[in-house]
Amino acid sequence: MMDSKSSGNDLLSLTRRNFLKTLGTTAVGTAATQVESVAAELQKLNAETIVGPAPIPIVLQVNGQAISIEVEPRVTLLDALRNHVHLTGAKEVCDRGTCGACTVLLDGQPIYACMMLALEAQGHAITTVEGLAHEGQLNPVQQAFVECDAMMCGYCTPGFLLSITALLKRRPHPDADEVKHACAGNLCRCGTHPRIIQAALKASGVSVTSQTEVIRYADLA
Amino acid sequence: MPTWPKETKYIGRHVQRVDGPAKVTGSARYTSDVQPEGWLYGMILRSRWPAAKISDISLEKARQVPGIKAAILVREGERTIRYYGEELAAVAGTSKQACLDALRLIEVTASPLPFVVKETEALKDSSPPVWEKSPNLSKPKVVEKGDLAKAFGECAAVVEGFFTTPVLIHHPLETHGNTVSWTDEGITAWASTQGIFSVRDGLAGNLNVEQSKVRVISEFMGGGFGAKFGPGIEGALAARLSKAAKAPVKLMLTRFDQSLAVGNRPSSFQKIKLGASADGKLLAYELDAYGTAGIGSGGSTEGGGGGAEFPAPYIYTIPNIRVSHRGVTVNAGSARAFRAPGHPPASFGMESILDELAVKLNLDPVEIRLKNDPSPVRQREYQLGAERFGWKQKYHRPGSSPGPVKTGVGCAGASWGGGGGGTQAEAQINPDGSLEIRCGTQDLGTGTKTLIAVIAADLLQLKPDQIQVRIGDTRFPPSGGSGGSTTAASVSPAVFDACTQALEALQNQTGVADARGDNWKAACKKLGINPLIVGGKWQPGLSSSGTGGVQFAEVEVDADTGFVRVKKITCVQDCGMVVSRLTCESQVNGGIIMGLGYALYEQRVMDSTTGVVLNPNFETYKLPGLADVPQIDIILLDMPERGVIGIGEPVTIPTAAAIANAVANALGVRIGSLPITPDKVLAALGKTQAAHA
Ligand code: FES
Ligand code: FES
Repeated sequence: MMDSKSSGNDLLSLTRRNFLKTLGTTAVGTAATQVESVAAELQKLNAETIVGPAPIPIVLQVNGQAISIEVEPRVTLLDALRNHVHLTGAKEVCDRGTCGACTVLLDGQPIYACMMLALEAQGHAITTVEGLAHEGQLNPVQQAFVECDAMMCGYCTPGFLLSITALLKRRPHPDADEVKHACAGNLCRCGTHPRIIQAALKASGVSVTSQTEVIRYADLA
Repeated sequence: MPTWPKETKYIGRHVQRVDGPAKVTGSARYTSDVQPEGWLYGMILRSRWPAAKISDISLEKARQVPGIKAAILVREGERTIRYYGEELAAVAGTSKQACLDALRLIEVTASPLPFVVKETEALKDSSPPVWEKSPNLSKPKVVEKGDLAKAFGECAAVVEGFFTTPVLIHHPLETHGNTVSWTDEGITAWASTQGIFSVRDGLAGNLNVEQSKVRVISEFMGGGFGAKFGPGIEGALAARLSKAAKAPVKLMLTRFDQSLAVGNRPSSFQKIKLGASADGKLLAYELDAYGTAGIGSGGSTEGGGGGAEFPAPYIYTIPNIRVSHRGVTVNAGSARAFRAPGHPPASFGMESILDELAVKLNLDPVEIRLKNDPSPVRQREYQLGAERFGWKQKYHRPGSSPGPVKTGVGCAGASWGGGGGGTQAEAQINPDGSLEIRCGTQDLGTGTKTLIAVIAADLLQLKPDQIQVRIGDTRFPPSGGSGGSTTAASVSPAVFDACTQALEALQNQTGVADARGDNWKAACKKLGINPLIVGGKWQPGLSSSGTGGVQFAEVEVDADTGFVRVKKITCVQDCGMVVSRLTCESQVNGGIIMGLGYALYEQRVMDSTTGVVLNPNFETYKLPGLADVPQIDIILLDMPERGVIGIGEPVTIPTAAAIANAVANALGVRIGSLPITPDKVLAALGKTQAAHA
């Protein structure tokens, strides 16, 4: 007989703080620099106040607005945005940093919102897909996505839009390889890939045309 | 017989996806985004055993977790679990964190049972039976025609090969799931589904509620690929949790859940023998195949496998054949329809062995197909495609590519049925000139909304954005599930009928002789205060079934690293009448890219020792990324005379076969096992120990 009672899990109770403490006292013989960095980190950790596990108030700067919410410290930025701020544009697809559907901008840099705690995002400017358009005017990347049909089901689309918006800010005239690189952390299951590249280039001012040919069968005979 | 207009303004042209702006601004509300007042999170506890007798599940501690409002069992009493990931219990709570805490506190008492997860092991008589009453290996299903032994004796060339294809996971980016509210008035379910009516009927049946009291809504959905037709266990659980907690419950599966329990493409193991005359005419074909659909196929088979069959000898007509299929049951989640069920493995095996035969007979692969393909449309497509692709210049004897990076080309063909029927739609013309088209279909990302707008705009000479397309609600006129590439061919004629009839009624009622285009607004104004609502239904003559396509692939294989790069795919696809060109092209791209995943990257890996799925998330289950995608060159073969045909499925079929043939052409040795990963390439080149299948 087996059962799944999981009380007293030693691994879980071994916190980072305790782990570092043990390491600090037993690190006999390790290089001095390493000991120092452990000590430095310990000091930093000791200076931090412990919050939670109950919900705590936090303030997030989302799309130019300060938003106050209460969340447990373990709540991710993605969970907070979707379920506490009620901005559902960023999608939860894998919840472990492998798909990019949750991509948002943190101070202009694309990040996986599922891989950051909400409380760590405080003090940073967060941009979600809802913040890309200005007064009903799509941004150039959004506009190009619509024109090139760079979406099908659209579930991956917000993530791609943010990765590319950030790229164009950094590199206003990227080539296709740079677009691929910028989107290396975004997945699409419907297969919009070629049109995402097209749309990114179009948004940067390159004119793109469809290569597709339509041939009437009747004309062939 | 009704006919489509000859001159069109929107049909067959580039019209932007009508819900594009909603999708790029984040305002598109998917099932996962719906947040009705007071909603709770739902989560499922799944079996950690691949096979076990469950004697008790205690929810007591889970119920004590702050925030938990309901905890239920999937089934009362003792039960047998047959795969890792089978549903045991579910909880609903005010936060995801509360649910996670609660799941950890559910106590399950189980006695593990022996299990088997690999087809090659399940075949053996000694393997533990997945279903007590039937053997894991089913009896062969055999089809015979002609005199096989005699025919093989008369062939100038005979080749044999063994081909395997893996189990694939659908992995739509929006997982399966529902947001359900069950009150005294009935059930409202937002479902991520390919069939709102099948979800409605499934929920009504499972939960014993009248169909009229179940409403299913699917405004936007994040992909399905064949795995999302019914409410699933997760849908019924969400409803039961909602009833118990007296609040709406959103239960979306996790990515891990997605890999375990909601469908997959069956595997195939194909032993093939093929013979032809000296000039390459196919005379004899023998197939001995098996594959697994997990514990069954969509729950329909209680043991004995099933669902792993595929059409053979696929698109070819061969006078002497013997085809044998067996299903192998294993302790893994059940298969479900997966984009063009059966066809990609069929195409891979058949087109691979055909190329082997061409090599033996010293024939060009395109030539041997032109000799044997019975479809005049594909004949044309091979000619067009070969020209456009530059086949003559690119094809070389297998293995003759010099240097460490070898180039190769290959081709393959496909067919698909599709066709339409059984759909109704209604048009509501408002006195202010606005127009609504309502139809109880759903848009999986294929562009159904756009298709409807394009048709209505053309017939009424309006602009597509003047039309409000409303779909994805069981309160609208019924339509079937979106599967088998039937949606376009089902919905288009119904919309055609609703629009033509509505126009006629408008003209009759207002006395305006031609109410289209410039006259539209003035005519509508004459309606007075009441809108005009006119229903239409599917009509024959406006759509067809049966489509053929061919694809050509060009690859580079690095003989030192084993890495395959696809440089180009040329696709020639018969589409009937192209309605919405932009979304049609997107679907072709999508099918090819999914085929690329099948060829090179995707496979579910099971662990024999623990019985678990080893790669249940995207860091280990590899989907093609932007950098993996080749240049895709599309020729749409337009046949307006045939009316509307769906193409979601046919375009994904021949890609893997064409790529595999190109790899064999590059290397001079064939890798008969998908996905073609670097380890298999190196093993085939004799550079490493043979890879495991
Ligand atoms: S949901 Fe964050 S990367 Fe997948
Ligand atoms: S458009 Fe569906 S996942 Fe990318």
